[in-house]
Amino acid sequence: MEIRSILKLAANNLLKSRLRSFLTMFGLIIGIGSVVLIISVGAGAQSLILSQVNKLGSDLIGILPGAADEKGPPATVFGIQVKTLINDDVKAIKDDSRTKHIIAVSGYTRGMEQITYQNRKITGGVFLGVSANFQQIENFVLSEGRFFTSEEEGSLARVVVLGSEAAEELFQGDNPLGKNIKIGRHSFRVIGVFEPRGTVAFTNQDKQVFIPLTTAQRIMLGWHHLSFIRARVDNENNVPETIEGIKEVLREQHNIDKDQEDDFNVRSAAQALDILKSITNGFKFFLAAIAAISLLVGGIGIMNIMLVAVTERIKEIGLRKAVGATPHNIRNQFLIETLVITAAASILGIIGGICLSGIITLVVRGLDYDWVFVVSFTSIILAVCVGVIIGLIFGYYPARRAASLDPIEALRHE
Amino acid sequence: MSDLIKVQNLFKEYTNGEVVTPVLHDLSFVIKSGEFVSIMGPSGSGKSTLMHILGFLDKLSQGKYFFNGKDVSKLSEDELAELRLSQVGFVFQQFNLLPKTTVLDNVKLPLLYLELPDSERVARAKQAIQAVGLERRELYLSNQLSGGEKQRVAIARALVNNPELIFADEPTGNLDSSSGEQVMKILYHLNVKEGHTIVLVTHETYTAEHAQRILRLKDGRLISDELVPEEVRRRALSNDLK
Repeated sequence: MEIRSILKLAANNLLKSRLRSFLTMFGLIIGIGSVVLIISVGAGAQSLILSQVNKLGSDLIGILPGAADEKGPPATVFGIQVKTLINDDVKAIKDDSRTKHIIAVSGYTRGMEQITYQNRKITGGVFLGVSANFQQIENFVLSEGRFFTSEEEGSLARVVVLGSEAAEELFQGDNPLGKNIKIGRHSFRVIGVFEPRGTVAFTNQDKQVFIPLTTAQRIMLGWHHLSFIRARVDNENNVPETIEGIKEVLREQHNIDKDQEDDFNVRSAAQALDILKSITNGFKFFLAAIAAISLLVGGIGIMNIMLVAVTERIKEIGLRKAVGATPHNIRNQFLIETLVITAAASILGIIGGICLSGIITLVVRGLDYDWVFVVSFTSIILAVCVGVIIGLIFGYYPARRAASLDPIEALRHE
Repeated sequence: MSDLIKVQNLFKEYTNGEVVTPVLHDLSFVIKSGEFVSIMGPSGSGKSTLMHILGFLDKLSQGKYFFNGKDVSKLSEDELAELRLSQVGFVFQQFNLLPKTTVLDNVKLPLLYLELPDSERVARAKQAIQAVGLERRELYLSNQLSGGEKQRVAIARALVNNPELIFADEPTGNLDSSSGEQVMKILYHLNVKEGHTIVLVTHETYTAEHAQRILRLKDGRLISDELVPEEVRRRALSNDLK
């Protein structure tokens, strides 16, 4: 009996009970779809993280307050306020010879307030207190006006530079320069507006407004600590050395004994990349586990339905044997029938996975992030292989059972 | 005519755990090529079991069975399947057609296990359907047919690979008398005109009398082996031909 007739037969049998065939395939469709999705979304996420971190620059070092495991996310991610970094730390880092490769360093402090201009407002707007040398550290370019000076910073000046979206929302095309906006209860004069920058490190940079660090600390927040410190190094290759230097300086500053742990943590952008990768990898493993379980459940479902099919068609099997089918013929028939189910499920799963990945791409791009839509050939091959292997594994037992039926018993079966 | 079937001291018993049930006891007989033989007996006499053994569906426990001079007891399962495929056709009391399948596909079924181009399969199936007079029903589904038509499809299926031997197990058992007579007429025709050897299993004397010879079984033993008198046979046939 050649393959073509068996395929036709298998397809006919599946079409005779469409709903049942589809329900049987469902577990496998989810499993195979997840396989394709994981690989596709994994690649997209990787590209997203790379682009986010590259915008920061690989010669940037961040110092966060609070101890943290090198590989885990910092405590501030969970909304915990840690007050171990202060302005003197920035000064110490700037002046020390162990950190001589640093071009510019600034403390940052971050707060949230309602930002208003006349009757327009940004609810939950983020203001960032930074030093006058902010532009030496981050790649912000002014589209109009100027940035504040160190004199203004020293005199607690109430001046503000707006992110492009913040400017658009508050002024809607009007010239914001020289106008006064309110951050919380306090009035600030707009002196500059930044060019759009997009999202960097998963924060929308354009919705923020920037005010002098001292103004933010003393007038707005009433505290002396920093949310974080950032430093730019002259050359990427000097980053590891500088990180060690910063650690030594800060340990001295904070009087930390040799056997005590740091109460801060220093990371380069590259390390941040590794952390984000480990987070997305965790996500990937989670999806992979779901895929594995669905594949297993799907396989069991298929085996179950094939066992039912063998019982239902026991008389047909007896008849086939009576007219001359060998056990081999019968086994192949049922095995191929299983393979046809798994192949159909694989195709549907692949299509579903690709569609879902496409939707995710659209959503993420809609949120203004860079995201590459990749469906690799390998993922499809992998999905098909998995489908076929499942078909062979879970189809073998029912097929063998059908093949070993006694023709007379089978014919007598009612 | 040559000996198509030669059975010597055939025994058959079923073993279920420690219980051994004897079914056939020391049978010896010969069926020649081209003969029309009935195997008769009450239910439980072992006639179906005998047919299954003769049709390579079951194995004997003791004794010898030669088919065309070949010792069947030594054949493997695949070789037995090959014999069923090329040498015999079965007609069952329950028809055993594939449900929701066309007449053509039902008749084609045995040919699927032969290496043939599909066009050849269709041609042969159509020929067999014509032989039982159902060419107008070719594309009907099996469940759209009457009992008599179903049995004729089953005969066409038994014929399609042009076997030497056709087994009919109570072929009229589920049919009304006129359909039954039609089926018997076809079987007679296949024997006389086409030269197929026919082994008919039945418990009805009237049906058995269509054959040239009757083997009677009782409790697994062969109690008689007699030729059917010509006038008895003619009477049975003339009834069908009315």
